[in-house]
Amino acid sequence: MPTKMSDYLHQKGGLLLSTLTESARSSSVEIDGLRRSFGERAVLDGISLRIGRGELFGLLGPSGSGKTTLIKLVTGIDRADAGEVRLLGEKMPKLAMLQRFGYMAQSDALYNELTARENLLFFASLYRLSGRKRQERIEAVMALVDLTPHLNKPVAAYSGGMKRRLSLAISLLHEPELLILDEPTVGIDPALRQSIWKELAALRDGGTTIILTTHVMDEADKCDRIALLRDGRLTAVGSPDALKAESGTQTIEDAFIALGGGAQR
Amino acid sequence: MRIRALTVRIIRQFVRDKRTLALLFLAPLLVLTLMNFVFNGREAKPAIGVVGLPQTVETRLSQAGADTAVYGDFAQAEAALKDGKLDAVIRMDGGAPSVLLEGSDPSVSRSVMLTLQKALQADSSSAAALHVDYLHGKEDLSTFDSIGPVLIGFFSFFFVFLLAGVAFLRERTTGTMERLLATPIRRSEVVCGYLAGFGLFTLLQAMLIAWFSIDVLGLYMDGSIWLVLLINLLLSLTALTLGTLLSSFAGSEFQIIQFIPLVIVPQVFFSGLFNLDTMNEWLQKLSYVMPLYYGADAMRGVMLRGEGLADIQADVWVLLGFSVAFALLNVVALKKQRTI
Repeated sequence: MPTKMSDYLHQKGGLLLSTLTESARSSSVEIDGLRRSFGERAVLDGISLRIGRGELFGLLGPSGSGKTTLIKLVTGIDRADAGEVRLLGEKMPKLAMLQRFGYMAQSDALYNELTARENLLFFASLYRLSGRKRQERIEAVMALVDLTPHLNKPVAAYSGGMKRRLSLAISLLHEPELLILDEPTVGIDPALRQSIWKELAALRDGGTTIILTTHVMDEADKCDRIALLRDGRLTAVGSPDALKAESGTQTIEDAFIALGGGAQR
Repeated sequence: MRIRALTVRIIRQFVRDKRTLALLFLAPLLVLTLMNFVFNGREAKPAIGVVGLPQTVETRLSQAGADTAVYGDFAQAEAALKDGKLDAVIRMDGGAPSVLLEGSDPSVSRSVMLTLQKALQADSSSAAALHVDYLHGKEDLSTFDSIGPVLIGFFSFFFVFLLAGVAFLRERTTGTMERLLATPIRRSEVVCGYLAGFGLFTLLQAMLIAWFSIDVLGLYMDGSIWLVLLINLLLSLTALTLGTLLSSFAGSEFQIIQFIPLVIVPQVFFSGLFNLDTMNEWLQKLSYVMPLYYGADAMRGVMLRGEGLADIQADVWVLLGFSVAFALLNVVALKKQRTI
């Protein structure tokens, strides 16, 4: 991710936000009293959360704890039953905001019949990139995820890890100031997982806010701050070290169990 | 720009998928060719056994197009009828001719009766020969000529419905629809992109089917080929919009298949392939909600009766209306995937 572009976005964002409240200036995501239920079952209840600009923020929780639902509410794909989400100061859901963040879904949503280039061209056009700019961005993101030699291969011939990296490349195409990743490293071998984390850290250092979900505890250690999600409720929010200290434990895993209310229901 | 990107993507996917291309373009031709063989076969000669009739009657029957065989007594002829060698036996019974029909196939029975009538009419040759002219069609108009226009419309409709439904569904089950809707594309742009991308192949298919059935199979054609193409395209658009709309309510490819007996088969019954005049009047009105009814009506009008645009414009408007309504409903149905 080119640092210059992010700096530019930050300056621009700073100017625009100078008239807004203090919290809006420092937060990229503000969630207040969020509730979402499907039928009788409340999947999320009473979620309130602030995520700062430039943070690498992890949502940690077992499968079924509501991580993906929360992501869908933050991106505006789904609508909450109560409470509100503000993304970069704008109340969600809002169509125009879909241009402002990059998204990587839990499953590799790629068109297998098409080549990587054709996939990238398609998504780039959806973000209204065209001409030289589009070409440059495609080359840049493919270099970033180390897939340049495979640009013209059909995605069907890609391995699982390559698909994951291509998904990440697509989410970076339009140089978003906010990146939302749902389980970015699920089903990926350790070496590749490490390389993805390196890329994420580089993006964060370039000023991009990153929100990701994971159920792998040691990944949570690499985040600036994490939120523990359990049965649709936030049980704790803080930096990994703070959470460990708070619970008097050595690992995030132990902290998760201690802070999550002990044994699972 | 987004619509164009979606259209280009669909075209690219389609071109890579050879089997689906074959289904769209070759399957209708194959089925139409088979239909042509089934319904265009020359009328079978009825086999009639003759018992104790004058030689002249037998000659006249042969002239009228029957395969005749003379039997010495009725029991013999009856045995041949039972064996399936004959379709009917004619004999003198108490001074008047009497016919025993095999009777299990109404079309064969009709053909026997027609031949007998011809033979008997020729008897009263004193009357002036009746001169016959046709307002529409021609003397040797075959069953295939008559149902062909409906079949052309039906196959366009059926294959496009199936493909569009499955393609739109697959986009949902593979997660690409969710990914697509996480970009700033509007729901209406998604529907328009699909319409444009599939519309192109639909247009090509309509042209291919019309050309094949008229020029290769020699289907009777009295009107303008452009009108045939127009109706076919409109029918396919209706199928396209209906297929994508219904796929929103299906969870798997199998559930799309389940729509066939519910949505497609009833339309066949009401499309004019079968005469509905004897049906309960309010049941007949059901055909008004079936797109294929309007398409088939217009296709028959143009191909068999040489009707112009003015004669079929009501059908054209209704089909357009169906397409627009289904497309709009689809935009609404996409709210299930993304609320904005």
